[in-house]
Amino acid sequence: MVAIAADADEAVSGIRDGATVMIGGFGTAGQPVELIEALIRQGATGLTVVNNNAGNGDHGLAALIREGRVRKVICSFPRQRDSHHFDARYRAGELELELVPQGNLAERIRAAGAGIGGFYTPTGFGTPLAEGKETRHIEGRDYLLEFPLHADVALVRAHIADAMGNLVYRKTARNFGPIMAAAARTTIVQVSDIVPTGGLDPEAVITPCIYVDRVVRVSPAGAVPLEEGQ
Amino acid sequence: MISESVLHRDQIAAVVARDIPPGSFVNLGIGLPTTVSDHLTPEDHVVLHTENGLLGMGPEAHGSDIDPDLINAGKVPVTALPGASYFHHADSFAMMRGGHLDICVLGAYQVSEAGDLANWHTGRPDDIPAVGGAMDLALGAKQTFVMMNLLGPDGTPKIVPRCTYPLTGVACVSRVYTDQAVFLIGADGVVVRDVFGTDLPRLRDQLGMPLIDGTGPAQSRGRRG
Repeated sequence: MVAIAADADEAVSGIRDGATVMIGGFGTAGQPVELIEALIRQGATGLTVVNNNAGNGDHGLAALIREGRVRKVICSFPRQRDSHHFDARYRAGELELELVPQGNLAERIRAAGAGIGGFYTPTGFGTPLAEGKETRHIEGRDYLLEFPLHADVALVRAHIADAMGNLVYRKTARNFGPIMAAAARTTIVQVSDIVPTGGLDPEAVITPCIYVDRVVRVSPAGAVPLEEGQ
Repeated sequence: MISESVLHRDQIAAVVARDIPPGSFVNLGIGLPTTVSDHLTPEDHVVLHTENGLLGMGPEAHGSDIDPDLINAGKVPVTALPGASYFHHADSFAMMRGGHLDICVLGAYQVSEAGDLANWHTGRPDDIPAVGGAMDLALGAKQTFVMMNLLGPDGTPKIVPRCTYPLTGVACVSRVYTDQAVFLIGADGVVVRDVFGTDLPRLRDQLGMPLIDGTGPAQSRGRRG
């Protein structure tokens, strides 16, 4: 049963030191900035963060890294023009990086939510990122074995929730949200609006409420500056 | 095609666009490949995919059309065309890895004569590596085209017998569009289809590899669908 939190601080309560936290978003699109800011205030540290990137500019995930709360980042594209907080901590040896090709990252997250114990993917075969990984030749093609990526907590930004926690997203801000919601033990979602049960068209629901634990309404985020990079 | 002078970047993009069959599903990589879309017309009915979850991507957004929730893989604000669809990341990469895209166009540091691609990491020890979707894109379409200048800034060829940069994918590139020539990579070796401001003997000398002459009229038939 979903809990509707009064504010972002209540929504992120109980996240422990050393937790693995998935954070939705591709760059700033879909990044749950208010939940991340609440996590900074909450104080959990030694976190392993799973995100596509490693922070942009000075807000959200970049601020979490700047504050020294992150021990390890699992992502596909850390280095960007404005990833200076990650760059500094990484170069200082204060941050571990696990680099995963974007499609393998998505599929590892999906596998965790779907109860899959591992999968063979062609992506990365024969490259430095395949080092140490089991490989297999299947029907004329080479694959490598990848394992699911679970998390203690997922922080996700969706567009609208209903009172049961069913979610719809907006445009390309959907990105990692649905698969992270399924992969985490506790899924915490910020939305722009919460409507009564029955207020969402069941045909349009993208994340069914079974994956959602806490929802908080935050006023629609002010325009976060867009940044370049993959 | 034989042209007297080397091509500008924009002209390379036009050559790539001419080779994309109407109705194709296409992913254009970040940077130079993105400019291929400037040479596609609505009559081509080419549907653009961006790996952050959109099929039916339209041109870059300007002014009041800018929406922070609607961006491309380069994180540039874009538009969505009628008939567009949104999907999550695992679906987006399934679309790619599953071989549903017809063509992917990428930039490169190096391409080998066997079609190996290096485009994600210079390999310098002080570089922070970032792979993004490069490895998925390299393998994820029925055909992978590379678009680049033939020579690097230091004058060394970027088509090489074997890549010295860290690989993105093995034997995945089928065509290389450059300012000096178009190369088709196949089981029999590297065929030069078009030359721009150069000729076969010079290219063979520069690249130090066998090249098959495909500049005759017979070989250029069958393009465009």
